[in-house]
Amino acid sequence: MASIDVENVGKVYSGGVRAVTDIKLNIADGEFIVLVGPSGCGKSTLLRMVAGLETISEGEVKIGSRVVNNVEPADRDIAMVFQNYALYPHMTVYNNLAYGLKNRGTPKAEIDARVAEAARMLEITQYLERKPRALSGGQRQRVAMGRAIVRKPAAFLFDEPLSNLDAKLRVSMRGEIKRLQRRLGTTSIYVTHDQLEAMTLADRLVVLNGGQIEQIGAPLEVYHAPASTFVASFIGSPAMNLVKGELHGDKLAIGPAMVALNGFAPTSGAVTVGVRAEDLRIARDDEEALPFHLEYTEELGAQRLIHGTVGDQQITAAVSPEIALSPEMRVAVDTKRLHFFSIDTGKRLPGNVPAEAKLAPVEPVI
Amino acid sequence: MVENRPFLNFLTHLVLILGVLTVVFPVYLAFIASTHGPTDFMSGIVPLLPGDHFSANYGYLLGTGESTAGAPPFLLMLANSLAMAIMIAFGKIAISIISAFAIVYFRFPLRVPAFWLIFMTLMLPVEVRILPTYKVVADLGMLNSYSGLVIPVIASATATFLFRQFFLTVPEEMMEAARVDGAGPMKFFRDILLPLSRTNIAALFIIMFIYGWNQYLWPMLITTEPHYYTVVMGIKRLASVLDGDNQWNLVMAGVILAGLPPVLVIIFMQRLFVKGLVETEK
Ligand SMILES: Nc1ncnc2c1ncn2[C@@H]1O[C@H](COP(=O)(O)OP(=O)(O)OP(=O)(O)O)[C@@H](O)[C@H]1O
Ligand SMILES: [Mg+2]
Repeated sequence: MASIDVENVGKVYSGGVRAVTDIKLNIADGEFIVLVGPSGCGKSTLLRMVAGLETISEGEVKIGSRVVNNVEPADRDIAMVFQNYALYPHMTVYNNLAYGLKNRGTPKAEIDARVAEAARMLEITQYLERKPRALSGGQRQRVAMGRAIVRKPAAFLFDEPLSNLDAKLRVSMRGEIKRLQRRLGTTSIYVTHDQLEAMTLADRLVVLNGGQIEQIGAPLEVYHAPASTFVASFIGSPAMNLVKGELHGDKLAIGPAMVALNGFAPTSGAVTVGVRAEDLRIARDDEEALPFHLEYTEELGAQRLIHGTVGDQQITAAVSPEIALSPEMRVAVDTKRLHFFSIDTGKRLPGNVPAEAKLAPVEPVI
Repeated sequence: MVENRPFLNFLTHLVLILGVLTVVFPVYLAFIASTHGPTDFMSGIVPLLPGDHFSANYGYLLGTGESTAGAPPFLLMLANSLAMAIMIAFGKIAISIISAFAIVYFRFPLRVPAFWLIFMTLMLPVEVRILPTYKVVADLGMLNSYSGLVIPVIASATATFLFRQFFLTVPEEMMEAARVDGAGPMKFFRDILLPLSRTNIAALFIIMFIYGWNQYLWPMLITTEPHYYTVVMGIKRLASVLDGDNQWNLVMAGVILAGLPPVLVIIFMQRLFVKGLVETEK
């Protein structure tokens, strides 16, 4: 168990490609951190620098209280789970799990005990004598997890470990990883580009964009108060609606429509307005609302997504499937749930405090 | 492609059978000829059925040899050839797998030029550099020795290239996983790359064994003592001197003897060989 401190770390690949810039991240002991961002934003690079598989160009990485910049991966007391699992194809599952322990000179009896324990935890005991090629994708994934667990490392590093699995298995393995991490209490860094995976797994999310940290926060914090239009459009599904608007005193103009903000306007002039699909609803006749031109709908079962335009801007709203629809409607918005971003920088405007979402605290189960 | 028309079936089999006959018939003739007495060819007609001199011919050749022709007993030459072929095959594999390992997994100055140099020697057969090589070997005093037979042909660009290509297909994560698992470079090589290369090694062993076995020009140049003669040279000596005597039965027996070991190697390693050529365990 250990904390991990990433201090002003940057990475320049040979050839001058800058992948990661000035990352500062302090991870507490036992915390589950998810690095999330679009492809090519430097997630893997950052993770691999912590693992020691990539040299650190700038800054410092500390595991526990030790600076590990020049420490070999094997001596960093970490374990890594790779996207393609990287199991040793010629070794049995048992030997795959035992290899790292053998290399460290662990006594045979202890290896046996640890492998048995990990295998039981992951329910792969009956496959111990098989070669990886005789396993399904999900079973291989478990073996890869097992290889990390048996070592009892200070930290787990995951690089998109679930992206080769089918959707259903991904959901169940996701739960399992979370459960295991809670149970073992091992500090973890998990890389994914799937925002849902990120939301469900993380104690804290780190949203990366272009090699820089865009926002760090608990999943719901990030969801309810995205720090920039990038985060707003990346986290949450469907993506947050971002439209051009103009603040006139206490009024917000979106296209042809005007909405009163009831005393809440962080600035004046042109802004980017963000509104989540679920914060929009079909308006009653007597309230102020935006004219909505319906284009098409998507059924999600519990919800129905309606896509259309307000003025000339695309908007998606999530409504109950029981509500009748017509081509021209009016949608109302909860003005306290609006997000305002700077037109120029895309950053959230100061003073734009999110409305208290009524959230019950979640006690960690297990 | 799966075709199931009787005519095409017939045609494919016909072509196959013709092909097999073309290859097998000369071998069959050689074997038949090796079982006849020396006078059976006088008429100029090659017999098509076995004669009764099988044990006499082979026994004579293996045990005594044709000393007038400068050919020692075949048993000795077979042993020489075997030793040479095995040493060449092992040497080539050992050296090339290590060079490929260095080229693929280590970053050192001049790595790429080194690879291209090796690669370019693919285009230079032994014959091109045979005179300088001879000079070097002679100056080192390795004429008439096993080391002289083996060392000049022990490096293999082909094998290095094949191992390199294979190593490049091993996912990089495998090496990284091993690094995280505490395996240093040599341990990674021994525990992971070598076992994964098993089938490639087997396939290359066969190819290189046959290559070594069939060496002709080089052993001819550097061995003057019959004690170091190889079997392929022996056949040549048998044939050229016996030309006047028409002792084709002995020549053919020599050919059959020389051809047998490579066939045996292929038969016994065939399973691995085919596997190595068509699939890699991954
Ligand atoms: N070995 C390398 N040499 C040069 N540039 C590299 C190297 N590896 C990665 N990069 C660059 O660094 C940037 C970040 O790459 P990285 O692999 O960290 O992205 P990622 O966030 O993991 O993406 P993905 O989700 O697709 O895996 C990319 O622009 C990539 O092109
Ligand atoms: Mg990646």
